[in-house]
Amino acid sequence: MAKVVTQNIPSPIGESKPRIDAREKVTGAAIYADDLQFGNALLHARIKRSPYPHAFIKKIDITKARALPGVKAIVTGQDFPGYIGLYLQDRYIFCRDRVRYVGDPVAGVAAISAEIAEKALSLIQVEYEVLEPVLDPEFGASPEAPLIHPDLGQYVVANFIFPQPGTNISNYFKIRKGDVTGTWKKCAAIVERKYRIPHIQHVPIEPHVAIARVDETGEITLWGSSQSPFAQRNLIAQSMGISQSDMRVIAPFVGGGFGSKAGVSMESLAVAIATKVKGHPVKLLLTREEEFFTAFVRQELVAYFKMGCDENGKLLAMENKFYWGGGAYTEYGVNVTRASGYSSSGPYEVPNVKTDSYCVYTNHPVGGPMRGFGMPEMHAGLEQCIDELALQIGMDVVEFRKLNCLKTGSILVTGSKMHPTGLLQCVEKAAAAIGWGKKAPPSAPNKRRGKGIALMWKAPAMPPNAGSSAWVELAEDGTLNVGVGGQELGQGVFTVAAQMAAAALGVPYESVRVATPVDTRYSPYEWQTVASRLTWSMGNAIVSAAKDARRQILEMVAEAWGETPEDLDIVNGVVVSFKSEKEISLKNLVIYGLPKPDDQGWRGGPVIGRGNFMPTYVTGLDPKTGQGERAVVHYTTGAQAVELEVDLETGCIEIIKGVSAFDVGKAINPEMVKAQMEGGFVQGMSSALFERLQLKDGVVQNPSFVDYRIATSADIPMDLQAFIVEMPQDDGPWGARGIGEHSMVPTIPAIANAICDAIGLRFEGPPFTAEKVYLAMLDAGIVK
Amino acid sequence: MAFHKISVTINGELEQVAVPSNMTLMRMLRESLALTGTKNGCSAGECGACTALLNGEPVNSCMVLAVECDGAEIITVEGLAGDKQLDPIQEAMIQEGGVQCGFCTPGVLISSYALLKRNPHPSENEIREALVGNLCRCTGYVRIIESVKAVARR
Repeated sequence: MAKVVTQNIPSPIGESKPRIDAREKVTGAAIYADDLQFGNALLHARIKRSPYPHAFIKKIDITKARALPGVKAIVTGQDFPGYIGLYLQDRYIFCRDRVRYVGDPVAGVAAISAEIAEKALSLIQVEYEVLEPVLDPEFGASPEAPLIHPDLGQYVVANFIFPQPGTNISNYFKIRKGDVTGTWKKCAAIVERKYRIPHIQHVPIEPHVAIARVDETGEITLWGSSQSPFAQRNLIAQSMGISQSDMRVIAPFVGGGFGSKAGVSMESLAVAIATKVKGHPVKLLLTREEEFFTAFVRQELVAYFKMGCDENGKLLAMENKFYWGGGAYTEYGVNVTRASGYSSSGPYEVPNVKTDSYCVYTNHPVGGPMRGFGMPEMHAGLEQCIDELALQIGMDVVEFRKLNCLKTGSILVTGSKMHPTGLLQCVEKAAAAIGWGKKAPPSAPNKRRGKGIALMWKAPAMPPNAGSSAWVELAEDGTLNVGVGGQELGQGVFTVAAQMAAAALGVPYESVRVATPVDTRYSPYEWQTVASRLTWSMGNAIVSAAKDARRQILEMVAEAWGETPEDLDIVNGVVVSFKSEKEISLKNLVIYGLPKPDDQGWRGGPVIGRGNFMPTYVTGLDPKTGQGERAVVHYTTGAQAVELEVDLETGCIEIIKGVSAFDVGKAINPEMVKAQMEGGFVQGMSSALFERLQLKDGVVQNPSFVDYRIATSADIPMDLQAFIVEMPQDDGPWGARGIGEHSMVPTIPAIANAICDAIGLRFEGPPFTAEKVYLAMLDAGIVK
Repeated sequence: MAFHKISVTINGELEQVAVPSNMTLMRMLRESLALTGTKNGCSAGECGACTALLNGEPVNSCMVLAVECDGAEIITVEGLAGDKQLDPIQEAMIQEGGVQCGFCTPGVLISSYALLKRNPHPSENEIREALVGNLCRCTGYVRIIESVKAVARR
């Protein structure tokens, strides 16, 4: 059992400091990758893409395109035989023999302008032999489906991913816990439902951009909008067959990621093209249209749930089948399948669970990581079933959740024990804030009002040994410079990095800088900025580095004063002795050291602290049962509740109030934690009400902000509240764990449950658009 | 492509720029003048990241041709702050937490600045309406709206 953290909380931990990057962002000074200036040597790249969802490439003729004045290079898959991928190497950089989605890169052009490069694309002639596409994951998993990756059995794969060669199933994860089949007869109530969650897109406001340059020695520099500079260094170097040391990634501010800029996607295209025009930086900037169907999209999900409880409402069994539509390549998405499997009970203690989770190739855009990593999709159906089951057994849905939800020490679906968790407090806070049990009348006769609630849990989904490192050094004036390899995506990680370093060393927050941009040549290693893992993992590395520097300083001063380090402290940038009451500022001594008496030399030297962190305790899971000692590092838990109105005349849904409560362990910066909860709620709300990639025969029909609507300032609830619960994480800095992704996990089912409360209807899946809601009300006879 | 020599006042400085006929104001700002605070989010007039003030009115600068701006006065995010003195809306965005990734921020600031110029005490609904063309994916708009309210309260 995890020990409870009892240490004192030093300033500025738990203080809502303003963002360290705010000033440069409000003045327009903050630099993003597309803002970097490269001068006249810069070439512009455009990509020739497949118009078919599934086809063989018979022939590519680049002669005419190459002859166009201003075109400097054209590359195709023939130039790059290496595979690439994070967990499963199933992609070529450019297609070689086969295209697998509309938008799959077939050739790349570098030219002196984007216009000329675009013109060259129309001159590249590609002959295809069209193949039958797979457009549905459930069909894709069947033996009748045409194979999208016949070479699946040969792909390099991580040892916790289980592809099924000879099928379209790129990962199969199983839970076999207890006896599900024998338990159904003991259940007093059973709910069985199917849900379908469509593909959506991350829609960062900054489109993907990458600039690559290869110098004469073959060393590659890549500038990009990236959540994963180090993973890109590793994966691109491997695919190109070069040393990781010859691959340098420089990553300035990211204008929104949400997972779409994790791993490698379009960056490898820019690098590949740049190898043919050595010395020239080559820039590839996705258009907004390309962003919608050639960057990662969220995987679609067809989910079957069956769950039962006894007459007292105690959950007894769950049987789940998930078909994840992974799209054309599932190098990253295979782990969504695993994560949803080992979390497939939802945040509940269930003694008997059977889950089959399949990652299925389809000829749709590439499914990848997106904020929540499978959890919003899975909870969308699961948390609606919980509501139905509670009502069937005659219990209030909040009481049902309080009875069954995970508590400290609960046995998890993987067989291990739940660490300390404040989920119950989250439920109570969310229910109280939404006024659970109190019915308010609708605001107008043509409206119906309803309330809904949903819970969530989510663990960082990553390899068991994803690592972080950090360094700190000080300048002559005592300011602290913190080196990190994690990325600022807007979530505020540079700010909490500065707060943690300040607290651990003993300097004011205002005298901390973060060494940016992240540059793999100089910045310390960080696996990736994903999985809501940085505050916890990178935070531990920073604290360790700051303590290392602190030790060096205290030892030097103690020696100079003839005292012991234990009697000294660093407070506000000044070393103080509790014993002798001496004090000395960090200024200068952190570079030059201290003089010995009587001109007898010096002691000390430039201070540099180093630290790292890697979880060492994550165990594997039995491939047959999904059971194991400790599958993940920890789970963040929480709840959301909404109150809404459905307009009977239009079908429009107005969210009147939204409430979030999450157990973040310890809020390093409470206002920024609340800001994550607000932003996540609105992104979740947007996915519930508006968002769906409309695919027809593999073609995205709505690749623009006009046709793919996201929430605007006019759509958000007038009342949006966020509550912080703090049940400390035993191995988190001051008890902290992540919050970034979790905040959009329970939003879809909370809204769906509220819609059902208002009009008594449920839908197979989001988005709950006005049209869909109105037609359903018409069908049900609610309106005429 | 024909080039046109235009004179335009940008953030108080008179500039003479040679622009091709098809160059947008956004590209002129970003590429010809290196004023990269103005962001390119869609190049289709849909996201608002490139919002700039054209003769006092907020426009999607990706939807305006540079040649149309001959003789005009332009203000971009770089022009909001005086000498070391931030505009109140910039200060409020810092204090209220209206910034996350920062990519929509320049456009949001320009729209908010324009709103507060024409209506120093806007209502919540007026603020939401003024910002409806500025898409933000991080903040959920909550603290952006709070930032404008904070200035309106002054």
